[in-house]
Amino acid sequence: MYPSAFEYSAPGTLDEALSALGEAGDEGRVLAGGQSLIPMMKLGLAAPGCLIDINGLSELSYIRESNGDLAIGALARHADVAASDLVGRTNGTLAAAAPWISDPLVRNRGTVCGSVAHCDPEGDWNSVMLAVGASVVARSAAKRRKNRERVIPIADFVAGPFTNSLNPGEMVAEVRVPKYRGAAGGAYLKLERKIGDYATVGVAAHLALDAAGNVAEAGLALTSVHQHNLKVTEAEALMAGQTPSPELFAEAAEAAARSCDPESDIRGPADFKRAVVAEYTRRGFAAALKQARGEG
Amino acid sequence: MQINVTINGTGETRDVESRRLLVDFIRTDLGMTGTHIGCDTTSCGACTVLLDGKPVKSCTVLAVQADGHEVTTVEGLGQNGELHPIQGAFKEHHGLQCGFCTPGMMLVGASLLENNPSPTDEEVRWAISGNLCRCTGYMNIVAAIQAAGGDGS
Repeated sequence: MYPSAFEYSAPGTLDEALSALGEAGDEGRVLAGGQSLIPMMKLGLAAPGCLIDINGLSELSYIRESNGDLAIGALARHADVAASDLVGRTNGTLAAAAPWISDPLVRNRGTVCGSVAHCDPEGDWNSVMLAVGASVVARSAAKRRKNRERVIPIADFVAGPFTNSLNPGEMVAEVRVPKYRGAAGGAYLKLERKIGDYATVGVAAHLALDAAGNVAEAGLALTSVHQHNLKVTEAEALMAGQTPSPELFAEAAEAAARSCDPESDIRGPADFKRAVVAEYTRRGFAAALKQARGEG
Repeated sequence: MQINVTINGTGETRDVESRRLLVDFIRTDLGMTGTHIGCDTTSCGACTVLLDGKPVKSCTVLAVQADGHEVTTVEGLGQNGELHPIQGAFKEHHGLQCGFCTPGMMLVGASLLENNPSPTDEEVRWAISGNLCRCTGYMNIVAAIQAAGGDGS
């Protein structure tokens, strides 16, 4: 299996990369970790005419706090996020998901931003980002300065299976995750047949509490049980303002099971997946609550 | 395009097509066949090499991406005719059967031991979880990696 021929460049600065991407138009693709793009090119599912390799732009490998948000740069690898103390301290959902992305070798190479941009409905990161209310920072070499950066809420960014809402010439430069205000916690539960397989079911849960201990903000999103990563807004809405309890989490679990639309396939029958969605939703919020209360 | 890659400490300059995969650059252009091609789909880990010291699947890296970087293959483990401790331990503990996954397993093991000289069972199994052994010889692979990290016995 071999990719079709393409032009390759490895710019030395972000500005050069954005210019090259702008000139390449529809033919241009950013190459970061390449752990999805290269296999797709080998399988003939993608054939970009021009690859712009950003692996030399080490200034994009950051994971840092920025204006109260957690900012993850375009070259931060999955392994960097899994090893990050800052992520571990500030975001339970991200910290729980990072070690379960593919396998250790892929995590050494693949990037969070690349995975977010890829919009694979079976990808884990976009469920995490939907649950925690992340935004995508898109950059381009647009003529007018004010058009060079767009901040896109993740729910608007994910346009469909393998489809994002970037314009030609734009790249995902950063993913921003709001830092929890007050007590908060999160979890990502993934059922997989083996390490490296896609999720049979993935559930991302996020819970922030107000001063009285009630739910200030709930986030819930599902992997591999819908044609795209599914944000379960019904569950999020019914939990807001309520006192957290097993009964409340069971209601959210019912809403999640109702909202998803799994297919029966080699990873299991649809009713089994639906049952796992419900159980993992209960467990995810229970873990998030423990974390928010500083109990685990 | 012309690339310069440091393979096992030696600089190699070649002209390659941009779509050349790193694994084929190593095997075909450099004639070093210790790096195997298994699934060719980023699943099995037979093509594992160390890129700047970190294990990666060389079927899913372009050769041009290794330009200016250091690659270690299984041929780079032994030095001056002596087996690397991990090679000695695989031999001693029957860490290989058919041998197809072995280069990848040893490189992942060597990389793990660099950071963690006394890994637990769980830590070794987690580290090799991206590498498949179709002989299912995992018990001895884990034992070999742990032995290489200890006193080398």
